Amino acid sequence: MKSASLPRVLPGFTLSLGYTISYLSLIVLIPLAAVFIKTSAMPLDAFWQAVTAPRVLASYRLSFGMALLAAAINSVFGLLLAWSLVRYRFPGKKLVDALVDLPFALPTAVAGIALTALYAGNGWIGRYLDPLGIKVAFGPLGVLVALVFIGLPFVVRTVQPVLEDLDTELEEAATCLGAHRWQTFRHVILPVLQPALMTGFALAFARAVGEYGSVIFIAGNIPMVSEITPLMIISKLEQYDYSGATAIASVMLVVSFLLLLAINGLQAWSARKRGQGPAVASGPRARPPEHSDRDSTSSTARERAQGNAAIGTRSRLAAEPRQGRSE
Amino acid sequence: MAATVSTLYSHHDRAALLESRQATRENPWVKGSILVAALSFFGVFLLLPLLVVFVEALAKGWGTYIDALTEPDARSAIWLTLGAAAISVPLNLVFGVAAAWAITRFEFRGKQLLITLIDLPFSVSPVVAGLVYVLVFSNHGWFGPWLSAHDIKIIFAIPGIVLATVFVTVPFIARELIPLMQAQGREEEEAAVVLGARGWQVFWHVTLPNIRWALLYGVILSNARAMGEFGAVSVVSGHIRGETNTLPLHVEILYNEYNFAAAFAVASLLALLALLTLVVKSWVEWRARRD
Repeated sequence: MKSASLPRVLPGFTLSLGYTISYLSLIVLIPLAAVFIKTSAMPLDAFWQAVTAPRVLASYRLSFGMALLAAAINSVFGLLLAWSLVRYRFPGKKLVDALVDLPFALPTAVAGIALTALYAGNGWIGRYLDPLGIKVAFGPLGVLVALVFIGLPFVVRTVQPVLEDLDTELEEAATCLGAHRWQTFRHVILPVLQPALMTGFALAFARAVGEYGSVIFIAGNIPMVSEITPLMIISKLEQYDYSGATAIASVMLVVSFLLLLAINGLQAWSARKRGQGPAVASGPRARPPEHSDRDSTSSTARERAQGNAAIGTRSRLAAEPRQGRSE
Repeated sequence: MAATVSTLYSHHDRAALLESRQATRENPWVKGSILVAALSFFGVFLLLPLLVVFVEALAKGWGTYIDALTEPDARSAIWLTLGAAAISVPLNLVFGVAAAWAITRFEFRGKQLLITLIDLPFSVSPVVAGLVYVLVFSNHGWFGPWLSAHDIKIIFAIPGIVLATVFVTVPFIARELIPLMQAQGREEEEAAVVLGARGWQVFWHVTLPNIRWALLYGVILSNARAMGEFGAVSVVSGHIRGETNTLPLHVEILYNEYNFAAAFAVASLLALLALLTLVVKSWVEWRARRD
């Protein structure tokens, strides 16, 4: 490593990269490859039968349909919540801000039984919906409620930092030019938020498609009606139908890969739009001077957006120490 | 303490500033409707589920609550959960630091691909994460015959639970460190090397102080996930009471036995852990801002 063509001052390249790749291969990549290797050993018609059985098809419809719907609901209310947190003062704001992350921290099984208790016929919410003929728990609507719960922070935490960094000068210019507030929002603010909103949507959707713990308690798991795709894998496994389970898992994995690619693309777009669009994200904070004089910071904004969005945390932590250092 | 007030004030100030300006505020009716919609949604979807856990847990009184947490199966579930997290978090800590060091301190081909691959466990369904280890280590799996010949049990035993927990928490710490270390750049470390510091000295005295809050943050997040993981662990555990039951699985068993008070009592323990995680997270964010 010392003999690399460019002067590589820092030590530990071989060690750290070697360890990273070996660890990732052993824990993640080789086991995941097992799914595809096992699937490729299946006869094609057996594979096709396993992944297109009516019950499995019904589970795709439910999982994907409800995940889409939940992500859409979260996009609307996540935006409202992020907007309220950034733009308004209200009592308990700090608490609300901290609790938005609850679905990340709360184990899914706990969320599952809590939501079931709320929406069951005699629950706090269920008892008011039941007389109206709306049955949430133990049906497809229950799946939707669980997926909304676990997806919410993804949208809030991707939109919030963008909204915080949003330059208000553009809004002032729009107002000076005679735009109504709604017009300003629609034509000035929303275009800047759009990539972040879509990223949040995609993250919430990706998480919802694979979600298991919070859903199985509230779904009721009625065949053809409220069975999600991950549950189909579990039920195949319980019948010792390993190849059937693997076939469905390979379909889900392909969907995960595609979503991951889409999310990466969206985040790159989002970072580009934040980084160089007319509405450069400077806000009231001083932009750290490192931004221009580091050699490899071109990808910084993107990495930041990715990292934070993936874990669903805010750019606060990543951004603040930089400011501290730059001052 | 002065710093808290000032950060509070600056955040407060920003919203106040935006509210005070004609160009960046909405009329009171619009503002009111947005707040009501956002906060009702928050109340129904986040606050009520949290509250109901504690209310249901104490529905039959403190006696039942304490009993549910101290019976032998619950105690063994607590120990197993703590143990699995105690193994998987340090493993992913070392991995996260190594990955962030390689990715942010050196240029190499395929870096973007590596970053994407580190993210992979986030987008894989937990059930699939459990299944992959079944395919590799179960009796019907790749190493099944060899493992059973040597009398080693991984699936439906503790090693499987640890492996599944490690899998789902792989990205947390790396994902926290990479953006931060990328932003900080490598000049400080390079200066240390030029001044004669050795590799570990550089890491210990230059890098670590710069990344400690992000590191702690990543540890907290991955710990919360490790202790709360359900789907992946459920596939590999085999649900043997008192042996391979983690806390979330214990909640499921109690719930399916219609022992709701006990299920919610154990769940409340996990909910407290989640609240503690959020408190520490807020504290770390505050410290990071102050530094």
